[in-house]
Amino acid sequence: MFPIPLTHLQRLEAESIHLMQEVVAEAERPVMMYSIGKDSAVMLHVARKAFYPAPPPFPLLHVDTTWKFRDMYAMRENAAKQAGMELLVWQNPDAKAQGINPFDHGSALHTDMWKTQGLKQALDHYGFDVAFGGARRDEEKSRAKERMLSFRSVGHRWDPKVQRPELWHLYNGLKSPGESIRAFPLSNWTELDIWQYILLEDIPIVPLYFAKERPVVERSGTLIMVDDDRMRLHQGEKPMMKKVRFRTLGCYPLSGAVESTAETLTDIIQEMLLTRTSERQGRMIDHDQSASMEKKKQEGYF
Amino acid sequence: MAHVSDLIAGDIAEYLKQHENKTLLRFITCGSVDDGKSTLIGRLLYDSKMLFDDQLAAMEADSKRWGTQGGGIDFALLVDGLAAEREQGITIDVAYRFFSTDQRKFIVADTPGHEQYTRNMITGASTADVAVILIDARLGILTQTRRHSFLVSLIGIKQIVLAINKMDLVEFDQARFDAIEEEYRAFAAQIGLQDITAIPLSALGGDNMISRSERTPWYQGPTLMAYLETCEVDATHLQMLPMRLPVQWVNRPNLDFRGFSGVLTSGQLRPGDRIRIQPSGKETTVKRLVTMKGDLDVAVAGQSVTVTLADEVDVSRGNVFSAADAPAEVADQFECHIVWMAEQPMFVGRPYRLKIGAQLVNVNITALKHKVNVNTLEHVAATELTLNEIAVCNISLDRAVAFEPYAVNREMGGFILIDRQTEQTVGAGMLHFALRRSQNIHQQRFDVDMAARAAQKGQAPVVLWFTGLSGAGKSTIANHVERQLFAMGRHSYLLDGDNVRHGLNRDLGFTDADRVENIRRVSEVARLMIDSGLIVLTAFISPFRAERIQAKQTIGEGNFYEIYIDTPLAVAEQRDVKGLYKKARSGQLKNFTGIDSPYEVPAAPSLTVYTENETAEQSAAKVVAFLKAKGIV
Repeated sequence: MFPIPLTHLQRLEAESIHLMQEVVAEAERPVMMYSIGKDSAVMLHVARKAFYPAPPPFPLLHVDTTWKFRDMYAMRENAAKQAGMELLVWQNPDAKAQGINPFDHGSALHTDMWKTQGLKQALDHYGFDVAFGGARRDEEKSRAKERMLSFRSVGHRWDPKVQRPELWHLYNGLKSPGESIRAFPLSNWTELDIWQYILLEDIPIVPLYFAKERPVVERSGTLIMVDDDRMRLHQGEKPMMKKVRFRTLGCYPLSGAVESTAETLTDIIQEMLLTRTSERQGRMIDHDQSASMEKKKQEGYF
Repeated sequence: MAHVSDLIAGDIAEYLKQHENKTLLRFITCGSVDDGKSTLIGRLLYDSKMLFDDQLAAMEADSKRWGTQGGGIDFALLVDGLAAEREQGITIDVAYRFFSTDQRKFIVADTPGHEQYTRNMITGASTADVAVILIDARLGILTQTRRHSFLVSLIGIKQIVLAINKMDLVEFDQARFDAIEEEYRAFAAQIGLQDITAIPLSALGGDNMISRSERTPWYQGPTLMAYLETCEVDATHLQMLPMRLPVQWVNRPNLDFRGFSGVLTSGQLRPGDRIRIQPSGKETTVKRLVTMKGDLDVAVAGQSVTVTLADEVDVSRGNVFSAADAPAEVADQFECHIVWMAEQPMFVGRPYRLKIGAQLVNVNITALKHKVNVNTLEHVAATELTLNEIAVCNISLDRAVAFEPYAVNREMGGFILIDRQTEQTVGAGMLHFALRRSQNIHQQRFDVDMAARAAQKGQAPVVLWFTGLSGAGKSTIANHVERQLFAMGRHSYLLDGDNVRHGLNRDLGFTDADRVENIRRVSEVARLMIDSGLIVLTAFISPFRAERIQAKQTIGEGNFYEIYIDTPLAVAEQRDVKGLYKKARSGQLKNFTGIDSPYEVPAAPSLTVYTENETAEQSAAKVVAFLKAKGIV
């Protein structure tokens, strides 16, 4: 008998599948958060492999802000259909009634209302006890300290000081009344792992990740794409066509594009490996203050 | 992420191919508060060019605000992620960091050094291949160093880097370095650590981190990075052991497909292999290894796979597939190490849940053989285990499980303990071996059984478990109930707390550990009595929910009725029939329930009797009415 070495991606995939099967075996009503980005695409793909030939035994949930790129909405419908899964879309009715948008209300309030509050409403509304999320530990400092199974109190708060110890690959998925769980199967993946896995497994992703001529405006050093006519142009501002792509995707008025010529996956990976800025840099919501992600997470953000 | 390789710009496809086949090393760093652990990791990330410009900018800003390096870059801020940590200048929780070089991919578990966070170190160490133990060259080996080294050896890490840091503060003195190394090796040998590499470092200055320092010309060994890149990672040795696959998930989308999913913890598996399903012992043959990308010819340790079988055999989550010619051991009683991780102490006799593999079972700590003083390695006698303490214990499971000794296979011999009320993970353990007694003591079967004895007496044998505060009226009410039962011609016995403590439990006091044992013994006696066909009434404060649950399990759910005598503390204290509350209030009596020891109110009693506004006779009448309604009398 000869040993057959596993690549680190095979190990990461096995670890993620293991967590998903543990969660589904112990949960009452699990759901998978689906944000349409590359991490969600990988998480969904791993879930399909975990439960094949059955479809993953839980629905997908998209907490929608109504301000995503049009390409993302197209991707969303397709992905759910391909996987044979039910897709639930939640739009915070309060945010809708108040017409919350990034232009009038700023990124902080916009994100809190549509995403943090919306997520909590959706989880409570459907009674989900475990929600899978695609967060990775290499993304941000407070994420590096989060467990694979992250417990939230009533009100979905995260308390980093009372996390359950996680030893070996033993996960304790038992809950006290009122508690819920966020499960992060991709915790130990890095950005490079994600891209390489997409390449190897041929996983479809939103075309916005690839460079293309797109209409953008420049605002305080960041390129913002004019994705639809809700975009408010400043006086004298005129969209210009630039060859750009996105490293992370969110609400289009809050997602910074980078100028790029990367048209293929290998181009993207090459560009990423040579770049000097992190992927979250294009994300406006982390920069409000240096501990802002931790604060958001304590308030119930993913 | 400026990886140093020229291939990235030149031949990206070739780079990715190389990267795909890199090995993965997981290591932990441990040290005391000011040993410079965070600085060391920050430095590794910084020097291996894993930091982005925006992260550097954020770090520089943070350094000005929180830093301890007088405006210079404080690498520690890179890893001390939580705001609370920055304010206190300490690390609270295990953090995982990722970096890679041309040789390898790394995952670092950064574990805090404070005494109260030992549980985090065990968590971080449980998946690590190598431990980097930091020492401040000025201070040498501390109690913490010994503690961390013991934990590292306990969790089974064999390769140790002794990172003797802050060498710049001792003028890179070789004699100092040698003395520390020698002292450490002598200590490490006692706990079975042999593979030790000592490196003189200044994490702050970068000496011997990535490149060899000119300030230590006397040092011939590897730099820290060189060691991490080249040390052996024996990722495939588990494949050479007999096959084990704990079944996590039964995949049954329709009547035509029935698959069993899980990760192989050891060995290799091929279609056609004979396997044994444990603990049932049935054997069958592997039919297919199913994946979304087509069936596999072979699956190996570390891989997740869905297996179909040749026969329709009974398999459920928690079962283990084993190579039929080399199956795992199956047992329900073990000797093990337990590391306690909760504020609430562990007591002998108290029931917990235990998770091993995909199995969740009930467990009892049957004996605490000794605690280990992690600083001196001395064995200490004890009746309870408190936060961060480690002990050798015997445990008894409520059903048999397939296992491997922890030293053979971490995933098959490591377990966690879960509190039955809070569902928190309260402990972790490592199985040593099965206790032979579980195989050698067999239950005798007798022809006259509980049903026969009960039928002879014409009654249903049950236990009426009265619980409540001291002075609530348990004994008085139980006494009235028994008188009525007697009058009805029933055969009964009343076990009373005070009376039992004069005889059977004369050796027990009122500490939490003794209270747990008190109730355990009474439960066993009550069980023998209902087995003889009696109706048993017990009158014990029995303040802890866990022990009442245990009593219910010992006695059998169908025969156990929990009767909560609900009397407000103020009322019980005012009655104070035995004068005990007065003594407790004046401090003459310690550990008195309701005063300085808790009473955990039953979550779902069979019957609650409110005594505040009624006599003991009236309360007793309610109990008898309840028994009639249940058809017991």
